[in-house]
Parts: sequence; structure tokens; C-alpha cells
Amino acid sequence: MDNQNNTLLEMKSIRKDFFGNQVLTDINLSLREGEVLGLVGENGAGKSTLMKILFGATDITETGGYDGEIFLNGEKVSFTTPFDAIAAGIGMVHQEFSLIPGFEATENILLNREPKKTNVIAEIFGERLDQLNRSEMEEKAAQAIEKMGVKIDQRMRISEMPVGHKQFTEIARELSKDQLKLLILDEPTAVLTEKEAEALLDSIRGMSARGIAVIFITHRLQEILSVCNTVAVMRDGVLVETVPAKDTNVTEITKWMVGRTVEETAASTDVHTDEHQNTILKIEHLWVDMPGETVRDVNLEVKEGEILGIGGLAGQGKLGIPNGIMGLYNAGGQVTFEGREIPLNSPRKCLDSAFAFVSEDRRGVGLLLDESLEWNVAFPAMQIQNKYLKRYAGGLIKWRDEAAIRAVTEKYIDELQIRCTSSKQNAKELSGGNQQKVCLAKAFALEPKMLFVSEPTRGIDVGAKALVLDALKKFNRESGVTVVMVSSELEELRRTCDRIAIVSGGRIAGILPASSSVEELGALMLSQVV
Amino acid sequence: MNKKIDFREVLQRSLVPIMFIVICAIGIPLSGLSVGYLANEIMTRMGRNIFLILSLLIPIMAGMGLNFGMTLGAMAGEIALILVCDWQIVGIPAMVLAAIISVPISIALGVFCGSILNQAKGREMITSYIMSFFINGIYQLVVLYMMGSIIPIRHGSIKLPRGYGIRNTVSLLSMRQKLDNLIPLTVGGVKIPVATFLVILVMCLFIVWFRRTKLGQDMRAVGQDMGVARDAGINVERTRIISIVISTVLAGFGMIIYLQNMGNIATYSSHSQIGMFCIAALLVGGASVDKASIGNVFLGVILFHTMFIVAPKAGATITGDSMIGEYFRVFVSYAVITIALVMYETSKRRKKKAAGRELQDLQGHGGDDLRTADLGTL
Amino acid sequence: MKEKLQAFFKSFGLPRLIIAGFLLLLLILAPFVGADLPTQISNIINRFSWNGILVLAMVPMVHSGCGLNFGLPLGIISGLLGATLSIELGFTGRLSFFAAILIATPFALILGAGYGFLLNKIKGGEMMIATYVGFSSVSFMCMMWLLLPYHSPNMVWGYAGKGLRTTISLEGYYNQALAGILPIKIGNILIPTGTLLFFALLAFGIWAFLHTKTGTAMTAVGSNPAFARAAGINVDGIRLLSVVMSTWLAAVGILVYEQGFGFIQLYMAPFYMALPAVSAILIGGASVNKASIVNVIVGTILFQGIVTMTPTVMNNAIHMDMSEIIRIIASMGMILFALTRKTEATR
Repeated sequence: MDNQNNTLLEMKSIRKDFFGNQVLTDINLSLREGEVLGLVGENGAGKSTLMKILFGATDITETGGYDGEIFLNGEKVSFTTPFDAIAAGIGMVHQEFSLIPGFEATENILLNREPKKTNVIAEIFGERLDQLNRSEMEEKAAQAIEKMGVKIDQRMRISEMPVGHKQFTEIARELSKDQLKLLILDEPTAVLTEKEAEALLDSIRGMSARGIAVIFITHRLQEILSVCNTVAVMRDGVLVETVPAKDTNVTEITKWMVGRTVEETAASTDVHTDEHQNTILKIEHLWVDMPGETVRDVNLEVKEGEILGIGGLAGQGKLGIPNGIMGLYNAGGQVTFEGREIPLNSPRKCLDSAFAFVSEDRRGVGLLLDESLEWNVAFPAMQIQNKYLKRYAGGLIKWRDEAAIRAVTEKYIDELQIRCTSSKQNAKELSGGNQQKVCLAKAFALEPKMLFVSEPTRGIDVGAKALVLDALKKFNRESGVTVVMVSSELEELRRTCDRIAIVSGGRIAGILPASSSVEELGALMLSQVV
Repeated sequence: MNKKIDFREVLQRSLVPIMFIVICAIGIPLSGLSVGYLANEIMTRMGRNIFLILSLLIPIMAGMGLNFGMTLGAMAGEIALILVCDWQIVGIPAMVLAAIISVPISIALGVFCGSILNQAKGREMITSYIMSFFINGIYQLVVLYMMGSIIPIRHGSIKLPRGYGIRNTVSLLSMRQKLDNLIPLTVGGVKIPVATFLVILVMCLFIVWFRRTKLGQDMRAVGQDMGVARDAGINVERTRIISIVISTVLAGFGMIIYLQNMGNIATYSSHSQIGMFCIAALLVGGASVDKASIGNVFLGVILFHTMFIVAPKAGATITGDSMIGEYFRVFVSYAVITIALVMYETSKRRKKKAAGRELQDLQGHGGDDLRTADLGTL
Repeated sequence: MKEKLQAFFKSFGLPRLIIAGFLLLLLILAPFVGADLPTQISNIINRFSWNGILVLAMVPMVHSGCGLNFGLPLGIISGLLGATLSIELGFTGRLSFFAAILIATPFALILGAGYGFLLNKIKGGEMMIATYVGFSSVSFMCMMWLLLPYHSPNMVWGYAGKGLRTTISLEGYYNQALAGILPIKIGNILIPTGTLLFFALLAFGIWAFLHTKTGTAMTAVGSNPAFARAAGINVDGIRLLSVVMSTWLAAVGILVYEQGFGFIQLYMAPFYMALPAVSAILIGGASVNKASIVNVIVGTILFQGIVTMTPTVMNNAIHMDMSEIIRIIASMGMILFALTRKTEATR
């Protein structure tokens, strides 16, 4: 890399908090023209927030903006919408495609920036009635594709394209913007085949040679090392290391990503590691078709009475495991519980087998937001186990027993310290942490033998986190219920669980005792990333 | 696999037209109507209806489904015609003036309707359907109570005897078929409304041209994915409102053409069924809720109205009761719309499922490639 | 306090407020313009008793998340089949009413099941398709009323000897079959106790059902189908059940309407019957996915109040009969308002 190049971007002391929750602390980052920066970090390390700030995303503006300064070409900038950022020469390719399915590649590349020919009618009624200049469109799109260096058919409709080509169409769209100086690629290789990923890396080198700076976010560290000039590692909202790529290696980066140098939190003290415990749940060749969290081939044994943690990066399939077993997404394979096979794809059968599930999608799946806490807590137990019902006419009429429902709800409100005005309050009026406690109460009320908990602390504050995790642990230790807990936070898995299984690429990459170091677990997390 | 889906889609798209060809093929001989009579009738009805149906195309392009709110434009056209009629203007100038007067009314109604539809995304059709009833109430308020009392109506022949409000029928004798007969042409006993067809031709050219404009492109983008269009900087809400406004204005013109052919306005009922018949005809031509072309309009008008003409006679021949045929054609109109709506909703669900599968196939593939490769490196 | 009041007005909705205010105004005006208030109130009670069950028929489908039942005509047709067959089979008097309900039931169950099956295939597009299922079935039955081999001389066209008449008098059959039970007369106010009791019975039935295990599941399905599925509920089965219930209630509802009105109306009559029922329950405070028995009662009273009061009061006050237009604008405005509200339930 030529050090003579001018500095393009400088971010100084960037700080951001969401409602008092500090997510970025004093980030300083600079980028020269044509430099390729690899940005790595665990999920939740603050990469996307930092990029959102740079790109002027509206959810940053709406939550009170950020502190610190950004300079582009030496000039101070502050974008309030992505359009400002685009105008200033920043382009971003998001993980989710932003393409019109029925349009050809050309039309998508030049969406809302089409070259036009004016005409009489447009003179009168305004420029939206200008005609599109098709030949110039084709030409411009061809130029952009040429710039990218990967061949795609510009006449092909997006809906007929393989996923990789959609990704390239997005990149070509950014390259077709003449003012483009800086391109942000957010996990672009996640959906590419090996060959396509290789082509993309070549393309990034090409852009760099043309003087376009690239910020490249990925979990595939090999790619970072092969294409980037600089590697920036983020952890817990702090930029921990910025080093030239040639001076580092995968092991070192992994260590930076997951290592807790300041205070290594102690792993759980009372760990059950009796090797002779019975296997209560056996999962064989499980696959789950959960969009974004595909499980490919999972084999796993859960021991009676333990808390098994399942960790892994987002998108690797850890969430698919409980969702698939509980029948919420299409699944296949074999699941045996206490020696009996559990039929898949039927939530009812799982619940009948004394399973319970606390979903990661609290508002979507976990709660009846428009109903009272009483309903939320009692509903599954009422439906599955006929609890809280009064029987009339010889059991023909099963009447809701409001008193019993209130009693059980109030019991859990006390036990889990749910903050609410009364058990009649609607679930949507509670804070995230309290909603999560309601979800736990709902599962506890089922008195399960086997409890799946998915991302129990996602989006809740620190105090509530500890309460939720303690409640889970207490439930496990006191009632002897086997718990499988899925979480993307290694620290909390280490604190709560007995053993930790790490999912990578839709498979179990390995199972370690909770006392294992964060580095060991982190290495497993990245081992089979797709 | 793609081929198979395509075949299925083609079959599904042509299912309704084929069904109608069969109905017509059975109905025509049974009705005992002469070919000449049929040809004349169909020609008349094509001139009468095509413009109205064309007004439905643009909202479909913008992803807002079948615009049941086209009735709003029809009402605007009627109000304009009533006024022009009262001013004693005759012939083509009267039609042109009516068209001009209808434009601001249509625009106002279109903006109102479009804004409401923007608040009911995902339920545009039911909302535009209820909207047509709501505006019908306002229309009645204007025509039955305000005309003659607030809006000056001088001519006694269209006013109710009580001094305000418009009579049930307003005669348009002064402009009856003036456009149809402007350029008289009869081929083999079939009278062809040449001028009307020229207007329709201009309209078709307009639609073809419009599709190629920036606004047309924006509408197609908005119609397929509002989120992506918004991210690209297209003003989604405004674009959707414009599509409804254009549709309403065109429906107003269409209604004027329709009524000059009929020769009178049924003040309180002309517009009430027009939306339903236009939509049914368009769907019979092979259009769907999210895709319609000019070809669908022409084919639809011919097939639907052939059925409409022959059904009562054919019904009478079969059952001895002409009412059966009358009811049959009404039933078929509704049934066609029902089938089209059901097909649209089911195919929407199927597409969603297919998208999920595609993702999984790909990820499964990618995973196998990389597993062995990356294991060694760590 | 002020905020609370504002929140209340906001949740209540402007159109609802206008309609309630308008009715209040009519009631106040009535004595001044010389309309007889007791007669008016008697009228409202009477029309409430006719229409209540048709509005009640909205409740199960709203609860299960199928939206407003624009397909009400399908249930009405089941009722009409029951009514005409009951007469055809020679039942008379009060007995013919109960026979009609009995005969209508299997039709309602079968048609409702088919309708529910269809609605499960097109989740998300229920309301529009329901509308057109209603229209298609009404126009299909128009042919059937002509073609089915009915013979009863009281129902078929006199001159042709076949084909049902558009309007069939219920004199001698079940005219006032319920209203005639224990009527109470207080001054000018006549209360059709039997009909009101029958409505109360069915309303209680629905209220009770919603308190059972299955009823609870139905509400949960409407509130959040994903939650219900995760809790092991057969979402499609519950939705189907709700559609069947709605259809059956509509069938009974039309029979109750007829016994009050005194005539069976066939052919295109059921066509637009869904819209008044839909707007009534919305006026009563329901939304696209929440409805209660209170909404039904309040809504029907408000809606029928406007229908009966406007002609007389307006006529007397300004000598213009604008009642029809006011009814259209008020009821359609109410439906439009409800459709533009964002529903909170996740889909």
C-alpha cells in the first residue's frame, strides 16, 4: 500500500449510546484513499452501529445521533440520512438485498438514477415524465460491471439470478455512482460460493487500485488477511486493535476479538460435570430450514439435569436448533427424548412431551402483546395440560378459572420480580426485561422436563440480565429440569452453563466444559463459518 | 424446476380466458343470435368500455391491485356531464368541456383516495372498494341536495320537480354517440365507431409511452418492493398517489365516452356497477391482481361481453327462463373476480415459500464447500 | 387526567365520537321537531332485536384474526335455505321457525367449513375475498331460487308455478315467532321480549364460549397466530371453527330478522347485508382484530338509532330526507377509518 495517498476518512472519538446503554466508546479510525480496511468483531461488538453512523442511517438520527467527529477529505461531515452519505461518495452494500425482483440488473444498478431524455410533455408536467434512455442505461451499467471485474448478465432479471449475482448487482450499483470514494461491504461473502467469494476479493483489489477505499466486514478471517491492508478489531464497542494485515494472523485476531484482557469473568463455579449422567435428549442429523439460521447436520447429546449452552455467531444456525426441535420451522432428522422419538414439525407433540421453549423473538412469537400478563403466563399450560380450568357438565365444558390463573401469575410476578401494575396489565406495556421474565414464567408454568431458552438476555438491561440468568439457573438446580440455552454471548454461557456446544456452519463444531477459556470457544465459533 | 413453474403459471394465467372461450363457444349457438348482430354488439361495447378498463392498468403497475376506486372517476365524469348538459352545450365540444371539468374533480378525489390507501397498505383493494361506497354517499349528497340549491342548475328537464336535485335519468341526446359517429364507417354491416377507437388508440399509446418514462419506472419499482424503492430515494407515497390520480382521471374520461354511447345518465346507478364489470372484464382477459396488459383489456372486453350478450338468450333456450341467463352472467362476473383474487393470494404465498427454499439450497451448498477447507486453518 | 381523556378520545376514534354525538343530537332534537320519542325508542329496540344476531356473527371471525366478515351473505344464504325448506316441508307457525334453524344448520356447517378452508389458504387477503365469496354465492343462489324444485304455493310465482318469489310473506309461518313471546308494552314503547331474550341467549353463548379453553385459544390465534402456534394450537383448525360459527350465527341471524320483519327476501337482497353489520360492530368500538359482546350491543343500538331516527327527525327539522345518505357516509366512513388503523397484532 502506498503511504503517499491522501487521508480520505477520519473518525474521531465516536461515541454512541442507545438510551443510556453505551454501545460505542471513543472510536478513532482513519482510512486513506484506496485502502482496504477489514473490520472484525463478534456480533454486538459495535461494527454495524459504527457503519450506520458513517452511512447516516435514520435509526442513529432518531435515537439522538452520536458524539465525535467525522472528516471526509478533511471536511467535517455529519450525515442525517443515507442520501447525504451517498451524495458525499459513500456506498454501502447491506446484508439484506435491496433489489427490485422483477427488474433486470441494469434497471437495478441505475434505480432512481436512470439517464433520461426529455420530451415536450415532461417540459409541461415535470421531469418525472422524462423518458428513460435505455441505451445509455445499458452502457452505464456495463461500465459499472466492468469496473467491478466480475461478469454478470446485465439483462437478467433479479428474480432469476443465483444469490451470488444478486450480491454482485448490488456492488455494481454502488460502483455506478460516479462520486463513490468509499464502499462499505457488510458480510458480502456470506451468500457467495467459494469461487464467487474469490472473484469478489479480486474485485476489491481492483477497486482499491482505482483509489476507492473499502471497509470490509466479514467473519472469514482468511479473506481479511488476503485482501485487506489494515485490520481493525472491535470488541464491546471499543476499537481494540488496528494493525497492518501483514503483521498479524488468524489466531491473534481471534484472541483480540473474544479476549477479555481487563477482567476475565469467572466461569460458573458450581458446574455439573459428571460424565456418567444419563443422556436425556439425543439429537441426530437434525436439519432445520430456518431462514438466516439454517441448521445442516447437528448431532448432540444433552445430559439429564444439566444446563447445556449453545453458542456461535449469528447466522450459523444456533437459533435454528431449538426452533426446529419445537416444530416452529420445517425440520428433519431424529430427536429422542427419554428413549422415545419426538415427532418433528409439530409444536403440540413437543409440548406434550414436557418440552418448553422461550423464543428469541419475544414480541413476535413469545408474547400476546395485546393481552394481559395472566393470559401470557397461563395460556400454554392451559391449552396443553388443561391447567387452570374448571370443568362443568362432566368435563364437556372447560371454563377458564380466572382465580387460578391470577394465582399462578402473581406467584411468578413475585418469584421473578416482574415489574408491573397488576397481573391484568397488557404485556406490551412492560419493559423488555420484564417481558422476558413473563416469557420465562410462561415456560415455568408448563413445569417442563426439558426447557429450551433462546437468547434469554437479548435486548434487556444489565440488571434484568442477571435476574433472568439467575432465575434460569435456580429453576434448573432446584427442579432438576434440563435446560438448553442458546445465546450469542459467550460470557453469559460460561457463567450459567455446565457445558457449551459451539455451532458453526450449521453443525456442532465442538463441545467444551464451561470452564474453557474464551479463546478456545472463540476459535470454535469461527471454525466452519459460512 | 423453473420450467415446470413457468408452465404452471402460464396455465394458470390462461385458465380464465380458456374457460370463457368455452362458455362463449357453447353459448353462441344456443343463443341463436346472428353473427352480424353479435359483431355489431361487441363492436359497440368495445368502444364503450375499453377506455374505462384501460384506467385500471396504472394502479396495477404501481402494485396497488385492482382499483375498485375507479368508480370515483366515473362519478367525476358524471358530475361534469350533468353540468355541461345544463349549460346546453352540444356535441363534441360538450364532451371535451365535460372532460376538462372532470379533471379537477378527479384529481381531488384521486388525491383523497390515494392518501387513504397509503394508510391501508396491504389492504388497498378492500379499502378502495369501501371508498367507492363512501364517495358514492358524498356524490349523492352533491347531486341530490346541492345541485340546484347551492350549485346552480337552470334547466328544468334535469332538475327534480321539487326545485333541487337531479332527476333519475339525465338525457344526453345532445351528445349521444357523437364521438362514435364522428367518422362513420360500416364494414360488412358492422358499424365501427372509428373516432372512439382513435381515442382508445391514443390512450394505448399513452400507456405504452408512460411505461417508459421515469415515473412509470418508479411505479413499477414501488409496485414490486416499496422498501427498496424508498431506499433508492423514490418518494413511494407520492408515486402511489399519482398512480391513483391518473387512474381516476382516466376513469372520468372513460365514463364520458361510455355515457355518450349510452345516450343518458342513470344519475344514481350508472357508476355503481361500473367498477365491478370493468374489473371482471380485465380479469377475463387473463390479467391478474399484479399484472395486466393492454392485450388483456381487449381480449377481456371481447370475451366478457360476448358472454354477457349471449347468456340471457342461451339461458332461456336451456331453461326456458331468461332470468337464469341474467343471473348467470352476474354470477360469472363475481366468480371470475373471486377466482382471480384467490389465485393471486395463493401464488403470493407460494412465492414466499419458494424464496425461503432457494436460500437454504444455496447455503447448504456453500457449507459443504467450505467445511473441509477451513477446518485445517484454525 | 387531561392526558387520560385525550388517550380515551384517541382510542375511541373521531368517527365514532361524531356518530355517537350525532345520535345524541337527534335524540335531543326529536321532541322539539315534533317527533314522538317513545315511538322512536320503540323503533330502535325493535330494529336492534332484528339485527343484533347478524352483528354478533362478526365476533368469532374477528376474534380468530380472520378480519371483518364481509362474507356474511354466505351464512345468510344458509338461513334462507333453512327458511324456504321449512315452509316447503309444511311446517307452520312458531314451529316453522325452529325447523328453519334446524334445517339451516347443516347448510351453515358445510358452507362455513368450505369458506373457512378457503380463508385458511389465503391468509392476509381475507376481507376482499370474503366480500367476493359473498357476492358469488348470492348471485349463484339467484339462479338456484329459480331452478330448485320448490312447490309451496305460498312461495312460488303464481303464474309460472315454479321459481321462488322475491319476497315471501311469513304470515301463518314464523312472523313474530320470537317477538310474540311475552311482549311488554309500556305506554307507546313495545318491547319484543322474546327476540331480545333469544339474542341474549346467543350473546351469552358466545361470551361463555370465549371463556372456555377453546374460546381462549381463538382469541390468542387472533391476537398473535405465531404465539398460538408455538403454544401448540392448531391455528387453521381454530380459524375454521370461527368461520363456521360466524356462518351459523349469520344463518340464525337472518331468520330472526325475518321473523321480525315478516318477510323472506330472496335473490339480491342479501347482497349488501354485510356492510351494515360490519359498520355496526365498528361503531360499537370494535377494530379489525378485536371485538366484544359490548361492541355488538352498543354498535347495533347506535347504528339502528341513526337508521331509524334520521328520517323522521331530519324530515321534520329541515324537510329533507337525507337519512339514506347520512347512513351511507357514516357507516362507510366508519369502515374506512377502521381499515386505515394499523393493527397491532403481528402477522
